[in-house]
Amino acid sequence: MMVGHRPLLWPGLVALCALLGLAAAALAALLARAPALDPASVFDHYTLRVLRFTLMQAGLSTLISVAFALPVARALARRQRFRGRTLLLRLMGLPLVLPVIVAVFGIAAVWGRNGALNHGLQALGLESLGLTGIGPLYGLTGILIAHIFFNMPLAVRLLLPVWEAIPGETWRLASQLGMGSGAILRLIELPRLLPALPGAAILIFLLCFTSFAVVLTLGGGPAATTLEVAIYRAMRLEFDIPRAVTLGLLQVAICAGVALLLLRLAPTVPGAATGSAAESRMSARPDTTGPMGRLADCLWIATGSLWVLGPLVAIVVAGLTGPLVAVLARAEVWQAALRSVTIGLGAGLLAVTLGTLLLFTTHDLAVRSRRPRLADRLELAGSLTLVIPPVVLGAGLFVLLLPLVPVFDWALPLAATVNGLVATPYVLRLLGPVLRRSAERHDRLCASLGLAGLNRLRHLEWPGARPMLGSALALTSALATGDLAAIALFGTERDATLALLIFRALGSYRMDEAAVLSLLLVGLCLVVFIVIEGAARGRART
Amino acid sequence: MLRLAVPILVAALGILPARAEVLTIYTYDSFIGDWGPGPAIEEAFEARCGCSIAWTAVEDAAVLLSRLRLEGTATRADVVLGLDTNLQAEAQAEGLVQAHGLDLDGLALPFDWSDPVFVPFDYGYFAIVYDSERVPAPPASLDALTSGEAEPKLIIQDPRTSTPGLGLMLWLKAVYGEDAGAAWKGLARRTLTVTPGWGEAYGLFLEGEAPMVLSYTTSPAYHRMVEGTDRYRAIIFPEGHYMQVEVAAMSAHTERAELARDFLAFIGEPGFQATIPTGNWMYPAIELGDALPEAFRTLPRPDRAILLPPEEVRRNRSAWTREWLDAMSAP
Repeated sequence: MMVGHRPLLWPGLVALCALLGLAAAALAALLARAPALDPASVFDHYTLRVLRFTLMQAGLSTLISVAFALPVARALARRQRFRGRTLLLRLMGLPLVLPVIVAVFGIAAVWGRNGALNHGLQALGLESLGLTGIGPLYGLTGILIAHIFFNMPLAVRLLLPVWEAIPGETWRLASQLGMGSGAILRLIELPRLLPALPGAAILIFLLCFTSFAVVLTLGGGPAATTLEVAIYRAMRLEFDIPRAVTLGLLQVAICAGVALLLLRLAPTVPGAATGSAAESRMSARPDTTGPMGRLADCLWIATGSLWVLGPLVAIVVAGLTGPLVAVLARAEVWQAALRSVTIGLGAGLLAVTLGTLLLFTTHDLAVRSRRPRLADRLELAGSLTLVIPPVVLGAGLFVLLLPLVPVFDWALPLAATVNGLVATPYVLRLLGPVLRRSAERHDRLCASLGLAGLNRLRHLEWPGARPMLGSALALTSALATGDLAAIALFGTERDATLALLIFRALGSYRMDEAAVLSLLLVGLCLVVFIVIEGAARGRART
Repeated sequence: MLRLAVPILVAALGILPARAEVLTIYTYDSFIGDWGPGPAIEEAFEARCGCSIAWTAVEDAAVLLSRLRLEGTATRADVVLGLDTNLQAEAQAEGLVQAHGLDLDGLALPFDWSDPVFVPFDYGYFAIVYDSERVPAPPASLDALTSGEAEPKLIIQDPRTSTPGLGLMLWLKAVYGEDAGAAWKGLARRTLTVTPGWGEAYGLFLEGEAPMVLSYTTSPAYHRMVEGTDRYRAIIFPEGHYMQVEVAAMSAHTERAELARDFLAFIGEPGFQATIPTGNWMYPAIELGDALPEAFRTLPRPDRAILLPPEEVRRNRSAWTREWLDAMSAP
């Protein structure tokens, strides 16, 4: 225990000011241009109905995504070595970074009325047995399929580090005690998983709550609609700024409320999460050799892979059958690709910087000052940029910056900034557990060695966190590489990104060209992933 | 980047010669894409004005209007290109645009146009486009479409987020008036899904998710000219078709009114109009004669064109959208 230790507040304050301060300034700038609001006009019957549906679909999506991810992640944790495991894990990051419209086409190609699944069933002659497919894709089913496609792999990526963090001694002990799979699950895995679940669930809930294009496209009609649609409508067609901002704040408040509830429900298990990622690979767990376990693992990994790869393969096939050579021969396409990657890297670096700064403070509060609840709340506050509707955030920043900088010539840096703010919550979820563990584990050692400040950072935090830092940078960069919303907001002259080119091709009937560009974008995101993650892990080994 | 940096630098130094002015045009994204009409228009206009065009493109017409409202007097727009008649009244009511002072007699449209502020640059008719290989006998009238039959399925767009969706909403309002709610309830049974924009809807249609989609009577011309197929056709309804008329106007806050007016005048010339059919896949606003592609000349045209007055749309849009919502989301 460190006596007389003052909490390390400044990094977190800097990050929170950047995240929430900018958002608040944007909202204030927006409201300053609008007339006063009549609150009664916002909370009408329709808003309430929308709210109910939004909560319902987001809750269901979160529940199913996490429940599906748990056995898949466990199977992947139990099978540390098989051909293609690393690639599979990287592919698992891709759905999240796809522009929604591209993902929707991929999902429809698998699950739709004219999709692969229905064709397969017809080919097998099951139609005559009355099995004509899985029913309509459009409606709540479609929303859930899409949200699970996006978020199950995210949950796997968030939860897998929990297993990787179980130290080798634990497995040796389990093996000496002759523990079976059930006992391992109950005594070793669950106590570590339970504290990690709320964080993952909160992130996924926030993503599903604010889902917009998926809900509109696959929801079937206005009966399935979210608060985000109401905000878009108020902002874009009616230009009712007070209404848009009020609904936006309502969205933030509800999301924060649900997230706090999830955190409160979470059991806090002190000292449960210890160990570091590097040790775990040394020693195998004792329950992985039985044939039944092997079969179950294979089945879960196969199911999870098929779920993610199906729509991805559909996107690849559509791209390969399009005018591949003609599109790739255009210089404009490669310039756009370069801009996409530039935005991606800029946003990724910003997100990782802000996220790490905030985490320095929160893990200091949680571990040394014994204020874990306060730490959780600060992390949650840092996550709220995710639920401020991009159309409101973008418009607010635009109004804020218009008198200060030539907004039009700054489209790329501004898009990187907006994406960086929105991507910070991912960094918090990925990196948070690693830093907290390192603090819990090594604080006494550092105190006795007198290791502090930058030295401690260099010798302790940096080597331990580097692989996860790489993952966080890879994910946030890839996420921003595929973004359409932010760049479309700022008006771009000819500074198009790949996502914008896809959008333009769709607007000009060039669906085949859009398919090729989508394939290129997917490939680009994968390359961003592999290069960044590989670089971080590669150097960590030496 | 150099293309941008040089004019800005020159402007900053205040030594901009009159003949090297930059005309900033706000429009929507697909207009300036490689396949859109923008690049050819830029070349043709720059060749004769000795100026250069700087495009600023946003997602779609609705965002275009929002952008103008956000910028207010600080806007850099000299010309606004791509609003339609359903949005124009709002731009005018808020003082975002100004009178052009041009004589528009040269335009050849299927309706009278004498607006002092807006110049129409193309037009089209909303229509239900269908896949003839999957639907040999599509609904022959709007009545048949909204009769409550569940098949064949249709994909439409949301009037809250897209201009075709808004067009369909006004179409049914214009034809059915007080009974529009009932017509929507019937149409809801046939609707597979409602998408946020045209791109999602048409993409899902071409993937075979539904055999019918809300688009334009001119969409089949694309498939015939670029893909060489007659498979996709538009249904011509006896009740008439709602039109989309896309318009351009001078920004109220432009400092280059003369140049902006020159550009608006250029809209009525072949150099601009010839790019419209195969760039925007809409009808040009003048007689192009032989320059109008064959596929456009042979397209079936509606007998009746419907267009509600902009002011009426502005007054009622919110209430009508609410009516649409209630009818479409009723159990």
